[in-house]
Amino acid sequence: MTAEPLSARPQALTDLMGDVGLDERGTSLWQGAFQRLRRNPSAIIGALIVLAFVLVAVFAPLIAPYEPAKSQWIDQVTPSTVPGHSAEHLLGLDPLGSDLFTQLVYGARQSLIIGIVSTAFGLAGGVILGTLAGGLGGWVDTLVMRLVDILLSIPSLLLAVSIAAMLGQRPSAIMIAIGAAQVPIFARLLRGSMLAQRNQDYVLASFSLGLRRRTIVMSHVLPNSLGPVIVQATLTLATAIIEVAALSYLGLGAPDPAVAEWGRMLVKAQDRLQSDPHLTLLPGICIAVTALGFTLLGESLREALDPKSRR
Amino acid sequence: MSETVTLEPGGRRGRRATREPVDRHQALLEVKNLNVTFQRRGGRATRAVDGVSFSVKPGEVVGIVGESGSGKSVTSLAVMGLLPSRGVQVSGEALYRGRNLLTMGNQELSSLRGRDLAMVFQDPMSSLNPVIPVGLQVTEVLRRHEDLTRQQARDEAEDLLRRCGIPDPRRRLGEYPHQLSGGMRQRALIAIALACKPALLICDEPTTALDVTIQAQVLELLKELVSELGTAMVMITHDLGVVAGLCDFVNVMYAGRVVESADRRELFAHPRHRYTHGLLNSIPRLDSPRGEALRPIPGTPRDTIAWSKACAFAPRCQFADDDCVVDDLELAPLGAAGHRVRCVHPAPEEDK
Repeated sequence: MTAEPLSARPQALTDLMGDVGLDERGTSLWQGAFQRLRRNPSAIIGALIVLAFVLVAVFAPLIAPYEPAKSQWIDQVTPSTVPGHSAEHLLGLDPLGSDLFTQLVYGARQSLIIGIVSTAFGLAGGVILGTLAGGLGGWVDTLVMRLVDILLSIPSLLLAVSIAAMLGQRPSAIMIAIGAAQVPIFARLLRGSMLAQRNQDYVLASFSLGLRRRTIVMSHVLPNSLGPVIVQATLTLATAIIEVAALSYLGLGAPDPAVAEWGRMLVKAQDRLQSDPHLTLLPGICIAVTALGFTLLGESLREALDPKSRR
Repeated sequence: MSETVTLEPGGRRGRRATREPVDRHQALLEVKNLNVTFQRRGGRATRAVDGVSFSVKPGEVVGIVGESGSGKSVTSLAVMGLLPSRGVQVSGEALYRGRNLLTMGNQELSSLRGRDLAMVFQDPMSSLNPVIPVGLQVTEVLRRHEDLTRQQARDEAEDLLRRCGIPDPRRRLGEYPHQLSGGMRQRALIAIALACKPALLICDEPTTALDVTIQAQVLELLKELVSELGTAMVMITHDLGVVAGLCDFVNVMYAGRVVESADRRELFAHPRHRYTHGLLNSIPRLDSPRGEALRPIPGTPRDTIAWSKACAFAPRCQFADDDCVVDDLELAPLGAAGHRVRCVHPAPEEDK
């Protein structure tokens, strides 16, 4: 056999060279992308915002000074004024007599849950449909893609509103509604990405090795096609958080009015826009900043995963 | 598949017991009158491969030589059943141990591919999956065709990489294709193709994407492995140097047809077709005087005529005359045994 230099190397040389990284691991596409992300300032800003949001959501009970949504100070609220900042209440009260800061903190939790669950739902549905279409091709492809076209022709918010209205006032309704509206987007994205991969040489090479179609689709084509879909999922989280707010603003949110939720906080405060603008401004800023964080992270992820932008 | 893999006491995998006994004289692969036509909807049909026939005996290395577009790659893809199903018409026969690969069901063909027939592609970068570690791509084939546990497959893969001249194979198994050099990747691809010890290996220009020193190493490796395993090989190339060093028998293709086929020695000693002649003449020689101009074949492969009307090489041939306008020129025996030429004015049998 050719080349077996390693064992033949003199001991003195080996000592000089030190341990030639035998435990060195391969860096995958994702590891490389992570390294590029760390050097991108907007990725770091996005990641910090997302991290802060997640921490607040997870540790809400530790951060918030009071129990959420107990209208225990309702007697301090008059039709014309809401108490502002005080020693007991950092941001004052909301129109229903709850601590505003507590409501905002628990609102993060609600947004995170709905955002993640609905995106996961949309992602799962989209990946299944997209893999069917892109992996099997033929009439399955045609059928799935026409279905996706029909769904895409309906504006996503309208679709979500209709689904939420159809499912009625259930806590899960809003998540299913928002997720379902994302399914066609994910499906079309994945299918396109898989079609591009299917003509690659390594797919032909896999066929030449007699691998089963299922194996080729699942372990070769799919992992190579997921990049854009993951990026889209990060961006969708931002959209989902905005849509949650929109749906609960429209009164299609969680049925329990006591559950703290940024969108509903906007509704409750809108008739006090003139007298107490901070009641709408603060939840609005929360929504915007969180969405911005996910968008920044998603965009940088797309850049990091794009082979063409690599240096 | 009712194949049984025997395990020897030492845990080493026994050689496949049920593989049909090798008859040295019966052809392993026999391609008869292979035609491949590409047609897009509403477009004109293009005949890429036109009545190609050749055969490969067990352990033999057969070369297919030709310029880009002469149909050599399409021939190999057709034999492997890898051409897209839409817009392509394949006719003729490709008999592997008497079974026609072209009419075989997908299941059956897929269980032959990788185990009995394997292929090495031209570009080692794009032929490996970039997001999966190399090791997984080797073990995957082993586990598809042979009944191995994960650990057995891993050991076998490590052994394969070592035999293919990849130093420190254990570490390489965990690495991704972009961490390997071009030559290393091609070695890995060869390891994958030879993983199940196929009876026939088709190499589609395996060295074109590599630099010259690596080319020589990879060819040497192929030569060694093939003779060690007794694998027959079809070597597709445009490089006559590769043919001279490796092949037992050579088919020269031009515009979709075989124009000359002969034993390697015979072909290099007495090239009879004007195209082969021109190819050999165009190779720069070390002993030629300094400053001497290269002698290319004039024109490009696009300057061609349909074989059904005349000799397709005639537009570029300095010996062409009115006699060359013959429909469906025959590939006729000429000179030494087994030497066949498709030419009206073959070169005289001079000694080169």
